[in-house]
Amino acid sequence: MTAKHIRGIDDLGKSGIEDILSLSDHFHEVNARRIPKVPALRGKTIALLFYEDSTRTRLSFETASKRLSADTLNFSIASSSVKKGESLRDTIETVSAMGVDAIVVRHGSSGVPWLLPRWTDVAIINAGDGAHEHPTQALLDCYTIRNQIGSLVGKKISIVGDVRHSRVARSNVKAFLALGASVTLVAPKTLMPVEVESWEVETTDQFDSIIGESDVLYMLRMQLERQQNSFVPSLREYANEYGLTESRAKEMKSESLIMHPGPMNRGVEISGNVPELSQSVITDQVANGVIIRMSALYHLLGSGSENNLESYVDE
Amino acid sequence: MADPERPDTPLHGGVFYARSEIMNADGVRRALWRMSHEILEQNRGLSNLVLVGLETGGVHLARKLAENLLEIEKQDVPVGTLNVAFYRDDIGIRQVIPGNPTELSFDLSSQIVVLVDDVLFTGRTIRAAMDAIVDFGRPAAVQLAVMIDRGHRELPIRPDYVGKNVPTRRDEVVDVTESGVLLGVMGGVDP
Repeated sequence: MTAKHIRGIDDLGKSGIEDILSLSDHFHEVNARRIPKVPALRGKTIALLFYEDSTRTRLSFETASKRLSADTLNFSIASSSVKKGESLRDTIETVSAMGVDAIVVRHGSSGVPWLLPRWTDVAIINAGDGAHEHPTQALLDCYTIRNQIGSLVGKKISIVGDVRHSRVARSNVKAFLALGASVTLVAPKTLMPVEVESWEVETTDQFDSIIGESDVLYMLRMQLERQQNSFVPSLREYANEYGLTESRAKEMKSESLIMHPGPMNRGVEISGNVPELSQSVITDQVANGVIIRMSALYHLLGSGSENNLESYVDE
Repeated sequence: MADPERPDTPLHGGVFYARSEIMNADGVRRALWRMSHEILEQNRGLSNLVLVGLETGGVHLARKLAENLLEIEKQDVPVGTLNVAFYRDDIGIRQVIPGNPTELSFDLSSQIVVLVDDVLFTGRTIRAAMDAIVDFGRPAAVQLAVMIDRGHRELPIRPDYVGKNVPTRRDEVVDVTESGVLLGVMGGVDP
């Protein structure tokens, strides 16, 4: 079964995640070629609607589309009719009328990707909505972990930092649990999400207590732009308690991984040369971003699900 | 809708029911020996020759041809595998399950590339494979080796080396393994 949309991890479930991870082995090979491009989505058009700033997500979706031979429509708020007061609905209907096959959307408000199917029939991919979900980030994180340490079943993954404001954490918790890992959230109580009791995760505010037993330390970006409500007394105190320093990194198991979704606040959640340690796979995460987005686009647009035919094995 | 005179190739899925054995294990082995000699004869040796097996059915045949060529000529022939899923002309029409990733770590520029597949049918897989090959360099020549040519071509493609020509109905399915070649049908229940 292929999904119609990838708005959140729940649109995919375990089998959808695994389908995308195995597709990624193919696109990994394509990306290593001298000409890293295949004609798989020739004739398809993908609209990239970014209502919020982004560097790596936007670039990786654009690169992924082009490596699949799809055309892209780029929409930037600064130079669009949104500045003249055009509503989200009117923008979506306009873009949809131009004949696109998928819309990749990033928006500051949670839930926007779930609104769009009211106004358009095309496939929706969520590139981040408010503090809600960022499913392709979670998929590339799962792929990065699987490539480094194999199956996630039984692995202990600790997500550290500003969980409350993190859409990355929400998608990652769902994806890690779906693949059989156990998840511990590490944050001061003020930065724990209010709904955390309904999640099947452990929680702690003692970072040092879980470093030695974690297979993955997933450091979240401290969202400095959302700190006006004094969630922490000071950044220096936060860095002391929850920053991954070189001395803390020495307490890790040698085969454990250090991850960060970027962009990093060096000196806050991660410091010194920690991103350059051998356990750090932060640059792999970026490299896998293009691969996983090729898989996500191909999963939605290359499957033939619209024709509802039986699955088929080539002779 | 498809023309009833040229219905779509059968969708594979469900269970394979063998109706008859076209070749046994010895037949497959002998055909591969003959094809190995033909490849040598046609190309006057093995210089600049590479074998590329198509996922999934052509891969074991390409490896077997390379073993034979090593035994005959005492020379290693590079073997790659190629998955053409992303080059097919039916993406978005059928659900394509890609199988194993491509493994082609050598440059194909100025090489004689022998594509190897188990069954030649409509020719669409080979068309896709030729598109894929040129992304890996500009070969001196591309040749095609297949164990079974079952007819029903939809494109102007012909094989250079054939294990056996087998007349078939379009709805039949040919199954090639090292232990033999079976002709049968796919079905949910035994028809």
